[in-house]
Amino acid sequence: MCGICSLDEMNFGRRVVGSMSLPDSSVVARNDPGDVVSDHFPAGLRVLVVDDDPICLTILDKMLRTCHYDVTKCNRAEVALSLLRENKNGYDIVISDVHMPDMDGFKLLEHIGLEMDLPVIMMSADDSKNVVMKGVTHGACDYLIKPVRIEALKNVWQHVVRKKKNEWKELEQLGNMEDGDRQQKQDDLEYSSPANEGSWKNSKRKGEDEEGEERDDATTLKKPRVVWSVELHQQFVAAVNQLGIDKAVPKKILELMNVPGLTRENVASHLQKYRLYLRRVSGVSQHQGGLNNSFIGPQDASFGALPSLSGIDLQTLAAAGQLPAQTLATYQAAGLGRAAMKPGITLPFVDQGTLFSFEAPKSVFGEGRQQQQQRNSNVKHMNLLHGIPATLEPKQPSIMQQSSAQPLGSLNNMQGNTHGNGQSSSLLMQMVQPQTRGQMLNESIGGQISRIQSSVGQPSPRNRMAGNEQVMACNLASQAAPVVDFSVNHMADLPGNVYPLGSTTTPGGVTTSHQKDLYTRRLAQM
Amino acid sequence: MTETKGCKGYLDEQFVQLEELQDDTNPNFVEEVATLFYRDSARLLAVIEQTMVRNPQDFTKLDNYMHQFKGSCSSIGAKKVKAECTQFREYCKAGSSDGCMRTFQQLKREYSTLKKQLEAYFQLARQVGPRESATRPR
Repeated sequence: MCGICSLDEMNFGRRVVGSMSLPDSSVVARNDPGDVVSDHFPAGLRVLVVDDDPICLTILDKMLRTCHYDVTKCNRAEVALSLLRENKNGYDIVISDVHMPDMDGFKLLEHIGLEMDLPVIMMSADDSKNVVMKGVTHGACDYLIKPVRIEALKNVWQHVVRKKKNEWKELEQLGNMEDGDRQQKQDDLEYSSPANEGSWKNSKRKGEDEEGEERDDATTLKKPRVVWSVELHQQFVAAVNQLGIDKAVPKKILELMNVPGLTRENVASHLQKYRLYLRRVSGVSQHQGGLNNSFIGPQDASFGALPSLSGIDLQTLAAAGQLPAQTLATYQAAGLGRAAMKPGITLPFVDQGTLFSFEAPKSVFGEGRQQQQQRNSNVKHMNLLHGIPATLEPKQPSIMQQSSAQPLGSLNNMQGNTHGNGQSSSLLMQMVQPQTRGQMLNESIGGQISRIQSSVGQPSPRNRMAGNEQVMACNLASQAAPVVDFSVNHMADLPGNVYPLGSTTTPGGVTTSHQKDLYTRRLAQM
Repeated sequence: MTETKGCKGYLDEQFVQLEELQDDTNPNFVEEVATLFYRDSARLLAVIEQTMVRNPQDFTKLDNYMHQFKGSCSSIGAKKVKAECTQFREYCKAGSSDGCMRTFQQLKREYSTLKKQLEAYFQLARQVGPRESATRPR
């Protein structure tokens, strides 16, 4: 089954690698299921060509068809972007003109790099060195001088293969850390076409649509590409902010992110794109609005928006477009009338992403579901316990030690300064988005925490440790469940949601039952 | 046929490429492209002319339009007209309205000659017969 699953992603362009049939034809969605790749490749390569000059567009279209490519032509960059967004696995490569009236070709290039990570070839009649250099720095994989000859187009497939091959290498590293045998099958099929990254994204997105938090383990590991999901990107941004943008080197970012399976190379290439983005954004503030609008503009699922965060309008959309939290902070800050773009202020927002995101990246890289939820549960308890009053403290250390046994990189750092009820409640408040709800939450949490204090105080006279823990845990669960839930993306109404231990009445029933597991496990360990 | 053009310098290698693209599935490809070219360049030339009358100093805009026009010319292989475009852009960079104006007049003359030559080419192509036009071996 693993082998077949991995072949799922072997669909390259319209063709199927080898002669095995694909079990999941919905992923393939391509027209010639019976074709075998090697003979025909690169025929059928799906090219999107963008040029406002109708003559050039017509000629390119004809040339590409002569090369037996599958051509889509487009005379406006905005249209091209929406085509790409609607159909993320629909194209293998993009060829775009530099000078276009509605959008600069380099801007389009950046969008594509950040959102879809397809190879992009730039074209222009302008052959001056600085323009070509601009193409290189913006990440174009090639630059063609017009008039373009058909010979130049015949070879564009090499960029597609090269990109996938690089992703394969990353995947191999990933495989060495995770399940060995599943990886081997992919290694065997190395040449062709790794990644139908679309299928990964599809299954990933499907997972998000359905559950909002769970990922499909079976399809996660073998993915050759790293897709920078919202959560992953927010983790990345958190790490970068913490290090300071100048000092943020891929190695340290990787350590801070602490995402198993993520390689330094993944981080490095993403960092490069991010830096480019920042450079553009940090310059002129009036352009920022325009730029962000183009990120946030199409407010629909084709953006790659994650319904799991769907309660949060702007933040979701921004994050879904992989907008760094800084810009997000700008919006939110602007809305709240605070100064924007300061790392100190950015962090809390990033916190939320980080806290929320623990489940996502871990499952993306194939970590066991149990383990990851256990971690999350640990995290939640750690949050809560920080705020537990002194009467409990003697009991705390044992639990705390167990929690801290599984530190979660950046989260720990963020939490560093949360001690005491007041701060804990503000952390908890930060765990919830958006701010307005957080304010509402503050009151209810304040109320609940004081309830926790009083109720937890009760069992302390008892001597049995296990008993104490259990009662305390019960109280914590019953009173704190709503609070804990927040960190799992649930925007359920807080007040009045009190769940007895072990019930499955929470909106995402999974959480509570796992909490229960966690408790049981912890108690057993004592 | 292209040799004739080539001698006169109006059409270059790119035009040959277009001829080569023409095949049975697209028997009139070159003429279609030429038609597109006439339409697009007519529009651009009109806009440029208008700008030169109203805002002769708006070199950025002029340069922009001319860049577009140059792109079209190079796509069809119009060598001489393209050279005039380059010259025009030089004058834009230098900020010389006079230079631009003079070059533009020259450009229009070359363009009109090109059109005549293309017309002659297509007439000949039609006389000789569709198959004969794409004579170059692939």
